[in-house]
Amino acid sequence: MSGDDPWIHTPPRESAIFDRHAIAEIHRAAATGIYDIRGFGAKRKLPHFDDLLFLGASMSRYPLEGYRERCGTDVTLGTRHARKPITLRIPITIAGMSFGSLSAPAKEALGRGASAVGTSTTTGDGGMTPEEREHSSLLVYQVLPSRYGMEPDQLRKADAIEVVVGQGAKPGGGGMLLGQKISDRVAEMRTLPKGIDQRSACRHPDWTGPDDLEIKIQELREITDWEKPIYVKVGAARPYYDTALAVKAGADVVVLDGMQGGTAATQEVFIEHCGLPTLAAIRPAVRALQELDMHRKVQLIVSGGIRGGADVAKALALGADAVSIGTAALIALGDNHPRWEEEYRKLGTTAGCYDDWHEGKDPAGITTQDPLLTQRLDPVLAGKRLANYLSVLTLECQTIARANGKSHVHNLEPEDLVALTVEAAAMAQVPLAGTDWIPGRR
Amino acid sequence: MLARNSTLDLARLSVREVNRLLHDADRGEFLIKNPRGLHAIAAGLDAPLDVTIAGHVGYYCAGMNKHATVTIAGNAGTGVAENMMSGRVHVKGDVSQSAGATGCGGLLIIDGNASARCGISLRGLDIVVKGSVGHMSAFMAQAGNLVVLGDAGDALGDSIYEAHLYVRGKVKSLGSDCIEKDMREAHKAALAGLLEAAGLAGGIDVSEFRRYGSARKLYNFHVENLGSY
Repeated sequence: MSGDDPWIHTPPRESAIFDRHAIAEIHRAAATGIYDIRGFGAKRKLPHFDDLLFLGASMSRYPLEGYRERCGTDVTLGTRHARKPITLRIPITIAGMSFGSLSAPAKEALGRGASAVGTSTTTGDGGMTPEEREHSSLLVYQVLPSRYGMEPDQLRKADAIEVVVGQGAKPGGGGMLLGQKISDRVAEMRTLPKGIDQRSACRHPDWTGPDDLEIKIQELREITDWEKPIYVKVGAARPYYDTALAVKAGADVVVLDGMQGGTAATQEVFIEHCGLPTLAAIRPAVRALQELDMHRKVQLIVSGGIRGGADVAKALALGADAVSIGTAALIALGDNHPRWEEEYRKLGTTAGCYDDWHEGKDPAGITTQDPLLTQRLDPVLAGKRLANYLSVLTLECQTIARANGKSHVHNLEPEDLVALTVEAAAMAQVPLAGTDWIPGRR
Repeated sequence: MLARNSTLDLARLSVREVNRLLHDADRGEFLIKNPRGLHAIAAGLDAPLDVTIAGHVGYYCAGMNKHATVTIAGNAGTGVAENMMSGRVHVKGDVSQSAGATGCGGLLIIDGNASARCGISLRGLDIVVKGSVGHMSAFMAQAGNLVVLGDAGDALGDSIYEAHLYVRGKVKSLGSDCIEKDMREAHKAALAGLLEAAGLAGGIDVSEFRRYGSARKLYNFHVENLGSY
């Protein structure tokens, strides 16, 4: 046998365990001595809405006619206690994202886009900017552990209040806004020196459990004269108990954020290894509401990995009243757009993979405070793009609802769904496709 | 509209009714009777009212206060004057944890002792505690002043930013990145002003206090500081 024979060598074989990403991460850690921080949400393959299918109409289900027959999409939030509940025209809201993590034009664009289609936006760490209040017809004000920028006047100006207990990307973790994004304005709003890393607390400073939270919510209602719907946002960790406790604490709305939910900046190990996938979190939360006879009385908003109208429809079919989007909204504004490919390359990445939102170098002008970069984002145009995207999500959701014979998207139900995998069937508690088997049920 | 000098009896009115009346008032003196440890009394005031509460209060009394002067003739539960913006809140007794949490402005006076996390995440409020404060006080305090005439518990000023801490008694331990700092003339003058505002003018020697603040070593994450976390 000749030594030149190429067949005596097997081709290079990549390890499934030590794949290229794992090896690169080991090299990076060895070189720097610090964990990796990034934005975006979980990137690993997880059981998700893709693992579910709608059955559509058949002999026993009567469909509605395409775009002609009415299929309602409105949702009213805060009917339990608030004197002034809010009504969204579509069951899709914009998740909390701060001025600081996002540029001022990006916040304005979110407000413009959401308002154009009759839905709400949400503040974030650092409080409410005049621009986002002006351009958001419905604005939810977050009460976060850090209380950066927290002011009673802003509470009173809001249309709803969201007490943030946790976030899907980092349940149990606080916020992180690194020094390079701390402009003069951001520093002033947060009462902190310019240029320092801002670590938002992971625990609230004045309450420490569901019994305390009940009293905290009472205080917020007193300050705002019981007008505003009060949401409680939790990262998907123990959704059955967290939902039940939020209801017990007096929430009007529970916001449940799965681990695919985005973040402006967190340790990669946190993003990829903590929390529950959105798909696994919805049914336990709905079960808690049903057992308390609070389903549809306390509204459930689900977030984390919503991309298209099918995802919206599936979340609603599993029992949510609405969904919330963050990452997808930023992409609709222009994040990760191929038009910036040359600049993404300079940053060592490529369009579609850019996730260093914490560095403040976003070529699209969205996750940055750099004055030159922020000028690139036209808030009117970006707002129009977001409005278009939200309209498509709604149309797609309606298309599916009509095909399943529903005159309102809230009439979608688990019985309309099947699962493609045993895991998804178990998590969503719907039958494996082609069977009547739901894992865990007799 | 409430008369400008009214007595509000929480044995007959609900907290909601009392707060609504106070929110509707633009000025005046008010006496709240029978607070009985109820929560969120006088929360969200937004006018130069003068409110006296005759007895003990529960959580979040005078929460997010703006402009008003609130006197609590008793003890206060968790989060008294939390996120206060301006005005003056004076507690004649002791207070539970998180007093003045995230407060932005004004003056909080506590005649007795304060429990854990007094002045947590302080953002500009001035707090004068005539007794002692519990552990983790001034945790992540960003701005403002905490004056303690007695002692401070464990981990004072942990992860502190730019707030100023003055303690006359013993400090059980300092938290991460909190150090003792020089007490210069400007600080003595500032402290004297705070004591005067709290009604203690001339009665206390400011040189008996020690000043604490941030070492500013943890303001930006560095691998070399891992041992501090």
